[in-house]
Amino acid sequence: MTEQIAFAALSVTLVGSALAVVLSKNLFHAVLWLALALTGTAGVFLLLDAEFLAAVQLLLYAGGIITIVVFAIVVTERLIGERLTQTNMRIGGGALVSAVFLGFIVVVLGKHALPASRPEMPGDLTRVIGETVLTRYVLPFELLAVLMLAGMLGAIYFARPED
Amino acid sequence: MGLQPYLLLSATVFSIGLFGVMTRRNTIGILLGIELMMNAVNINLVAFSRYTAAVSGMIFTVFTICITVTEAALGLAIVILLFRVRRTVMADHLDLLKG
Repeated sequence: MTEQIAFAALSVTLVGSALAVVLSKNLFHAVLWLALALTGTAGVFLLLDAEFLAAVQLLLYAGGIITIVVFAIVVTERLIGERLTQTNMRIGGGALVSAVFLGFIVVVLGKHALPASRPEMPGDLTRVIGETVLTRYVLPFELLAVLMLAGMLGAIYFARPED
Repeated sequence: MGLQPYLLLSATVFSIGLFGVMTRRNTIGILLGIELMMNAVNINLVAFSRYTAAVSGMIFTVFTICITVTEAALGLAIVILLFRVRRTVMADHLDLLKG
């Protein structure tokens, strides 16, 4: 019963803040709403017994991305010297495509039998994730490190001072 | 509680993000929409992983989170560079390649 209540509260928070992200006029407010949406997602992860992922979500997403976006807004606002308001265009078409997509997924979900209860997870989940990352998935893990290094170098190169 | 509510929640968030990507005129706004969509995908991965007791989905979530952070950093660096060159953020003003 508590799970249903928590899920309902998280769903309302998540969908509401997601709508605010795409509809609010002020870009800075949109970023703050995105922070709420990402925190709500961390809550959903907790509901799914993934404590480690909730922590990663809060640290990397809610901490990292929000900081980067706020920095980008501050820098660009100073560059063009006016408030970054944002408007939407072609709302009708966008809403139609999104609604068709959502309807399609709902129909497909309705047609298939999905598991109604959770199986037991093998032991401590954080420990299992750590062990699997460093054994079976060690190659993707190392590739990820290379990717992040390349991304970091690229970002520094793009944002270098003008000469 | 079954798997279905989680999948419906994730599909809803994904659709809202898709709406944002299609309708926002501001480049940073489009990036925020992409973040929402990535987020919905992560919910999907974790939910499927939990309900099938397979840990792979959660590991892929760690990977997608890291890749999304890299993507956001690069995307915003490109946005800052675009500002310097074109002095605009609006995606419909960036029509240099339009025939």
